[in-house]
Amino acid sequence: MSTINKSMTDNKKQPSSSDGPSRVDGRLKVTGAAKYSAEFAVKGLVYGVLVGSTITKGKIKSIDIKKAEHAPGVLAVITHFNSPKVPGYQVATDPGKPAVKGPVKVFNDDQILYNGQPVALVIADTFERALFAASLVNAQYIAEKHITNLKDNLGKAVATHDDTEYKRGIVDAYKSAPIIVEQEYMLPSEVHNPMELHALIARWDAADKITVWDKTQGVKDTQSNIAKLFHIPVENVQVHSKFVGGAFGSALQVWPHEVAAIIGAKVVKRPVKLVLGRADMFTSVGYRPLTWQKIGIGATAEGRLVGITHHAVGQTSTYEDFAEGPTDISRSLYACPNVNSSNKILGLDVGSPTWMRGPGDATGAFALESALDELSYKLNIDPIELRLKNYAETDPESGKPFSGKNLKDAYKLGAEGIGWKNRKQEAGSVTRDGWLLGYGMSGGVFGADREPATVKATMLADGTLVLQTAVSDIGPGTGTAMVAIASETMGIPAHQIRFDLGDSLYPNAPQQGGSTITSSVGSAVYMACRDLKEKFQQLIGNGGEDKPNYAKILKQHNLTQLQVVTDSKAGAEVDKYAMYSWSVHFVSVLVNPATGVVKLNKVVCVADSGRIISPKTARSQVIGGAVMGIGMALMEEAIFDDRYGRLINNNLADYHVPVSADIPQIEAIFVNKPDININPIGAKGMGEIALIGMAAAVANAVYNATGKRIRNLPITPDKLVDWTALT
Amino acid sequence: MKQFQYLRAATQQSTLDAISKPGTKIIAGGTNLIDLMKRGVTAPDKLVDITHLPLKNITPTKSGLHIGALALNSTVSENGIVVQKFPLLSMALKAGASPQLRNMATVGGNMMQRTRCSYFYDTTMPCNKREPGTGCGAMGGLNRMHAIFGTRDKCIAVHPSDMCVGLAALDATVIIAGKKGERRIPFTEFHRLPGEHPDVDNTLAKDEMIIGVDIPDNNFAKNSYYLKVRDRQSYAFALVSVAAGLDISNGTIRQARLAMGGVAHKPWRLFEAEKFLVGKAVSEDSFKQAAQIAMQGAKAYEYNAFKLKLAPATITEALKHASGLV
Repeated sequence: MSTINKSMTDNKKQPSSSDGPSRVDGRLKVTGAAKYSAEFAVKGLVYGVLVGSTITKGKIKSIDIKKAEHAPGVLAVITHFNSPKVPGYQVATDPGKPAVKGPVKVFNDDQILYNGQPVALVIADTFERALFAASLVNAQYIAEKHITNLKDNLGKAVATHDDTEYKRGIVDAYKSAPIIVEQEYMLPSEVHNPMELHALIARWDAADKITVWDKTQGVKDTQSNIAKLFHIPVENVQVHSKFVGGAFGSALQVWPHEVAAIIGAKVVKRPVKLVLGRADMFTSVGYRPLTWQKIGIGATAEGRLVGITHHAVGQTSTYEDFAEGPTDISRSLYACPNVNSSNKILGLDVGSPTWMRGPGDATGAFALESALDELSYKLNIDPIELRLKNYAETDPESGKPFSGKNLKDAYKLGAEGIGWKNRKQEAGSVTRDGWLLGYGMSGGVFGADREPATVKATMLADGTLVLQTAVSDIGPGTGTAMVAIASETMGIPAHQIRFDLGDSLYPNAPQQGGSTITSSVGSAVYMACRDLKEKFQQLIGNGGEDKPNYAKILKQHNLTQLQVVTDSKAGAEVDKYAMYSWSVHFVSVLVNPATGVVKLNKVVCVADSGRIISPKTARSQVIGGAVMGIGMALMEEAIFDDRYGRLINNNLADYHVPVSADIPQIEAIFVNKPDININPIGAKGMGEIALIGMAAAVANAVYNATGKRIRNLPITPDKLVDWTALT
Repeated sequence: MKQFQYLRAATQQSTLDAISKPGTKIIAGGTNLIDLMKRGVTAPDKLVDITHLPLKNITPTKSGLHIGALALNSTVSENGIVVQKFPLLSMALKAGASPQLRNMATVGGNMMQRTRCSYFYDTTMPCNKREPGTGCGAMGGLNRMHAIFGTRDKCIAVHPSDMCVGLAALDATVIIAGKKGERRIPFTEFHRLPGEHPDVDNTLAKDEMIIGVDIPDNNFAKNSYYLKVRDRQSYAFALVSVAAGLDISNGTIRQARLAMGGVAHKPWRLFEAEKFLVGKAVSEDSFKQAAQIAMQGAKAYEYNAFKLKLAPATITEALKHASGLV
């Protein structure tokens, strides 16, 4: 495996915000020139608004659509009574057998599976008229008893279909250890809430041909899913998604509202635009599942881990068995001889959860890293020292060597950054201006995958390099990183490179999820550029310059362009190595002893994710992850009133995400050592690890400040006020 | 949203004429009303836009300050006289909403805003305030944000304003115009407790409008503090907030003003605690005692019991800040 040239892998200098290229699409975004899915002025466009169920479980008895149909501007009101059937819906044909599990089949039958489920689509000539007519649709239901509470029904949880139980060494070995921590943790359901609402425009171009402008993290997946659902050839589905205003996992699948808009466009024979309202964003495009966890962890008096037992029960819907792997992190983060875990799910009468940034591991890290912190106090050992004592030099789960791991460097850099030496081991012992001051840290880990990707690289006559691949850029700066790789590899300035993405016409690329894009598509870009360069070398013969004048060469050879299409995928290295990215989060907090208010004082996040390709956007990604982690730790919680099975805070005033006033100085530090074993560019994923572990770091700092351990997120003032000075 | 007529009022009199007809509502900044209309909580036939009426003035009077009903929250919070003579009002305003909302919201509109109780906003749920007789969703539901003072079984919602807590503490007077002329009522009597009619937030008659508030001069400017405890540092409603104003002479409290937000259906003035503080020396002990007096009669529900601890702690902290102990 060849590696990228040395100047790019020099890790001596720490990247800073002023280093490296600026966001290639930054100007387009801040000037409003970047067009998002809902913003295309497609000719003949009409507007769809969904009507959601107001019961949680049961059947639709009737839907009166007359008033809505007669409202001004209304073109159609679609319900399961009149909707054309979606040919690709898998439905149970044998009434004796259980229903086929899978996404909600919109407008297919009278079943209500969750509150807010679409029961009608109103299409009108303007958005306002569609919205008004939607309020006139009158659905009557036969309600059945529902269950939306996880905590009261943990006993009904079932094993997930794969990878449920894990056992290494002796089961529950922690119980025999001299020092034990055994605790339960609750992580509330969190909602992605990207700034851009989910939206699409669907246009049928022929009976078997469709174009959609859609918010998606993977145009190819959306393309193939639509083709399957509507039984049309894949090549007859065109998906555009050039700009995505954040997604965090909510746009990794085709949701019922997308199918509804496509059905609607078919019915009215006009292109239909459908934009979800903010309230729908809480029920219609997934969320991080509410999860109960229990951890038992035991150590010797010297602080060597004896055993970890980790059980989890996550919420899912009754119609899909969605399962994260929150207990996975306990298998591999530390060198521990005995580990056993179980991962169960409980189907509730709610919409399905889905992947959300750091899926599984963000949930698991909160429990494991809180427990480890608690253990450090019981042992009276510095939390970093405890982690170093149990440092895994090889992967404890597979026994394989790591492709690259520099976690010790990360601990060191982070401890220096936050001023860890100022931390006092005794909790609740430091005050500053009447506030209690505490320090906390936590680790994070996420598998570093590399998916197959193909890049078409074309050198045009004017010396412009065009790279094309069907990846999405949901915000991390993918385009910027890809241009940086191409610029370095080809030896041409960034402004001569165009990176085309977000269109199903382009060659295959994976979904933007699971922190795989830089590794996967970045490698493909590098390899395509290398192939293209070689093709030029062949033209000019051996001994060419390092930075050839491509335009000149094309002209000399009477060529209008030179093109390669390069496939890239992982090789034998995946069997040889265990591959992960790591993070360490350090925070200092101030806690008001009277009111229980927690203020972040400083945050330092260190990423060990191989070589940093684009320092500016990498830094932004780490800051974004830290902010999300602060939200997870201190305020985010989707709250159901179980009596009604309905959310009471489905808006951004009541569902709190951090505001600028909540965010302290955040320092992003990169170990920045290339992982030479994973791919030719030495870069690994960073999107997930920026978040994973952050919530535990905050909770651990709150403990250090106050002596109060909060295991039930979020850490709102009411949870600390029980402890405050006045009690 | 139901279709509605929009009128722009040219005069106060034409506004009063318009609102005397049923189904008509005044709109100023609209920061709450528009949300309520979008959610179907209220569905007026006609909106009367009063933002062009000359009620934006902030003027010193013989004995204090007059603030017009249409003065913007942001303008009032930055006003030199307010900052200098009534800093408590400035602090309370700045603790509310977000800069964008404060740029739209008016003083009168702030007083007229409705509770943020989730059950009030969701038209599929029971709510005696929105639909009398349907029951109270919050009473047996998720009532973490709800009232601990002055509740009845019909409603445990809280008034969401910060500004009003400040004005209640500052002995403000509300000036109201109606067909029969003007009337003036103490600010603390403007909002009401739920009682048997939680659908009625205040004592403003349907054919009346707020034209302004008067704040009397006082000696609290040096020792004022507004402390708001909330789930995030900005753009969140109070779990508990306290407006504290002290008139201190040689370490002795001569006069005290205290009001709380986030605990009742109206800004909750703490008269008994104020009385207790008069003549006491500035000390954490007397503040704690005042806080205990203030808590008499408090009653918690399933999820808001923490307020029984948070409220007195916040009163004490606010008094410490106001008196310079912190």
